[in-house]
Amino acid sequence: MAKSVAGPEIEKLIQLLAKLPGLGPRSARRAALHLVKRREQLLTPLTAAMAEARDKIGICSTCGNIDSRDPCTICTDHARDQATVVVVEDVSDLWALERAKALNAAYHVLGGVLSPLEGVGPEDLTIRQLIDRIEAGGVKELVIAVNATVEGQTTAHYIMDRLEGLDVKVTRLAHGVPVGGELDYLDEGTLAAAMRSRTAL
Amino acid sequence: MEWREEAIVLGVRRHGETSVIAEVMTRSRGRHLGIVRGGRSRRQQPVLQPGNTVEAHWRARLDEHMGTFILEPLTLRAASLIESAAALNAVQLAAAHLRLLAERDPHPRLYDGLAVILEHLAEPQTTSALMLRFEIALLEELGFGLDLAQCAATGQTSDLVYVSPKTGRAVSREAGAPWHDKLLPLPAFLAKEGGDEGAAEIAQGFRLTGYFLARNVFEPRGLKEPEARHGLIAALAKDARREAV
Repeated sequence: MAKSVAGPEIEKLIQLLAKLPGLGPRSARRAALHLVKRREQLLTPLTAAMAEARDKIGICSTCGNIDSRDPCTICTDHARDQATVVVVEDVSDLWALERAKALNAAYHVLGGVLSPLEGVGPEDLTIRQLIDRIEAGGVKELVIAVNATVEGQTTAHYIMDRLEGLDVKVTRLAHGVPVGGELDYLDEGTLAAAMRSRTAL
Repeated sequence: MEWREEAIVLGVRRHGETSVIAEVMTRSRGRHLGIVRGGRSRRQQPVLQPGNTVEAHWRARLDEHMGTFILEPLTLRAASLIESAAALNAVQLAAAHLRLLAERDPHPRLYDGLAVILEHLAEPQTTSALMLRFEIALLEELGFGLDLAQCAATGQTSDLVYVSPKTGRAVSREAGAPWHDKLLPLPAFLAKEGGDEGAAEIAQGFRLTGYFLARNVFEPRGLKEPEARHGLIAALAKDARREAV
């Protein structure tokens, strides 16, 4: 059995760091050592930032985004078109769309997609909150921006069914050739979808 | 241990940061799981969509291990499915039904049924009729087969219009008349004689298989009817309404 070379405190730090995405036990050990060596420049401010994040960051009760305010910065931004709501699977998708500056709209984070294999049903997502939000009024267009996967699109159709009878325009992202994509490497279905959605030049 | 076989992807679940556990259906090895290294990559994800046909290469040190898959695409259908709610729900429903089977237990009839459904996903009415036959075959494979060939009371093989909810056996129009309200309607296209596969008959068929699936399969296992089944029935009803207008 390997002998421990450090006290329980550092072992605990390594174990916790190893749970972060992208870090395994070996890289967690390196990160822990790096933090301990740079106590003042890194460890102390990181501890303070994490404590602040723990105390202040929460989930927006309107859209499901994460922020230190509730309602979040996006939901209270009057410069945005609050009548257009982009429905995304996860906060990371919201961030991706914001980076793209594609639409100056509000968002709704579903918290995942319907997945029988992962045991995710409609009650595990924020679909009810989305419907309540639309029923409350003020939303004119809903852009369903879920992933182009079977599970993502099944969720999109499920939402569309649930919205039947509500006075809201529902749109979704186009499917087709990605920028940098080579036709030769695309699957037949994507090519067919791209051809169906062709536009005039 | 190692094998290679054509397979249909039923679904994947995350495994660590970069890999997935893929669930596929094969003709001779049934429903089989395996780890796909790098399954969450941009290159692999389109291949791992439910409904795609792949060439599966499975390897493990021992047969009882989960093992790893290398999946090469043969027919990628996912992109053509996503336009149609009926097609998406049909794929998800077939996968949910196949999950009722024990792992690595071969069911070639259900594999063939699934392959035929996947070939007809562009035609919702045909898909739904095939799905009903698939559900009847599933009940049979699980040991709860319906007997739709002859009347349980008289033995006659024609004019079968009911199914007994108790026995799952067909009943003729004449023999079933006194119990009309208690018997389940049997759509003509599921009977031996065949008949129209219209929207009303399809809806009757789903009520019939739904009853026996709920009673014999879902309820004893403490399961709810798959959401995709409701989705498929709703999508078909919507298509029928659209066509009527």
